[in-house]
Amino acid sequence: MVTPILWLVIFGSGLRLSVSIPGVNYLQFLLPGIIAQTLLFTAIFLGISVIWDRQFGFMKEILVAPIGRTSIFAGKMFGVGTAAMFQGLIVILLGIIIAVPLTLYGVSLAIPIMILITVGLTCIGLIIASLMTSLESFGTIVTFVNMPMFFLSGALFPVTSLPSWLQWVFYINPLTYGVDTLRGVMIPGWHTLLPISYEILIICVFDVVMVVIGTYLFTKRQ
Amino acid sequence: MIAIETIDLTKRFENLIAVDKVNLKVDQGEIFGLLGPNGAGKSTFISMLCTILKPSSGTAKVEGYDIMREAGDVRRSIGIVFQDPSIDDKLTGMENMELHADLYDVPRDVMHSRINEVLQLVELEDRASHNVNTYSGGMRRRLEIARSLIHYPRVLFLDEPTVGLDPQSREHIWNYIRALKKRENITIILTTHYMEEADKLCDRIAIIDKSKIIALDTPQKLRCELGGETILIESNNNDLLSEKITEAKLVDNIMITEKELNLTVKNAHTALARIVELAVSIGVYIDNISIREPDLNDVFMYYTGREIREGGGSKELTGMAARMRGRIK
Repeated sequence: MVTPILWLVIFGSGLRLSVSIPGVNYLQFLLPGIIAQTLLFTAIFLGISVIWDRQFGFMKEILVAPIGRTSIFAGKMFGVGTAAMFQGLIVILLGIIIAVPLTLYGVSLAIPIMILITVGLTCIGLIIASLMTSLESFGTIVTFVNMPMFFLSGALFPVTSLPSWLQWVFYINPLTYGVDTLRGVMIPGWHTLLPISYEILIICVFDVVMVVIGTYLFTKRQ
Repeated sequence: MIAIETIDLTKRFENLIAVDKVNLKVDQGEIFGLLGPNGAGKSTFISMLCTILKPSSGTAKVEGYDIMREAGDVRRSIGIVFQDPSIDDKLTGMENMELHADLYDVPRDVMHSRINEVLQLVELEDRASHNVNTYSGGMRRRLEIARSLIHYPRVLFLDEPTVGLDPQSREHIWNYIRALKKRENITIILTTHYMEEADKLCDRIAIIDKSKIIALDTPQKLRCELGGETILIESNNNDLLSEKITEAKLVDNIMITEKELNLTVKNAHTALARIVELAVSIGVYIDNISIREPDLNDVFMYYTGREIREGGGSKELTGMAARMRGRIK
């Protein structure tokens, strides 16, 4: 929980001076980014629970029970997803504490979108965990996925202010749409990159693809 | 009635055959022991019967269900205690039991009466509300045995149930296993590398070495097959002595282990005098000599030419992993 505080308070205060977005308070701009970041980091990192379970033998007890592999994957997804959602909600709370302008309407729309984002991200973590056998290799791969996804999602600065050759990298990152949709509902008058319904559609497609790949790999590898 | 039948059951890993065309029949209500050194293929064999590992070829039936085609039915009819601990130690004993009962679709209204029943069997009912990380090794093992029984399995697999336990806990667990057999008439498949355990508990024993079953019978018959008694001799020149004994045809079978000669004879008391006489005549000094009835260890040596050895590799890894988990969380 320390990381989002540092990002919001310190990074936010510092960068406020150099990044200016017309008509928007920088903290207001940053908060959805940090929510997405928290979801991303928690959801992916907790994929490690699969490796833990495997290493401590607990996974065997589950695997030998008369339940389908898909239900085990779904259970893992809900467990990890719930934990990530809690972290995300705490960040919103944090935003309220440091007086980021928020509306109740905005927050109530943000929550279902956060859930949508979390589904896909959780699967990324579980996919990595299905493929890895040791805690160390999991950590290494996760950093390689986390960091680029975070920095190339427009969580910290607006995508439109970038040179166009760099912009396409952002456009293929599904988290870009997550962050942008969150801004769309949380910041009054925010112009999303694409129409918001398109962005939600993109997130949904991303979720479905991840769930399918995740279920397949998890079932195959255990 | 046959509880388990395997037909040419084989498991190949990249360049290693872990289980090699095993054919086996286990009757209902039997305590069946798989005896063999670490790495003989016992756990792999059990994993296949429990449907968590796919055989490379061949198949098996558990309670009449095919392990490949009817895996779900197999899983519902078996209980298993794995070699490595598989309890969530962040939960209490009771919570672990409830989780297991849910996984096996035990109806909610009978769940708690069943849990109490099996906890009583392993004498853990007072500790059920405590966190498992406060349990001793023996208690965890007992909890795992209790857990494997909640759904009333017809076949129970115990993979090295007493490895790493002190003699007292081991004795305890043996008693539970015997009580269980008497009460439920359940089939128990037990793997072990402890001779004593196999000898005391099992109705029949299969000796597994290098992925094959090399002997299968009751413990008594296996011992009888050796035909006679065993003389153990420690001397200052085992090689010379064994050579001379073989030349003089004084014994039926002779094996040299690290520090002793292991001789099989029909009548130890007559052979003994002759052997000592021979040793004196060739100038070999005998440090120690003893006679004993053959036990399963001798049976194992007879079939494999080796002694069963203990190795603790996997045990150590579990400890390390547990420490790492503590650090990360």
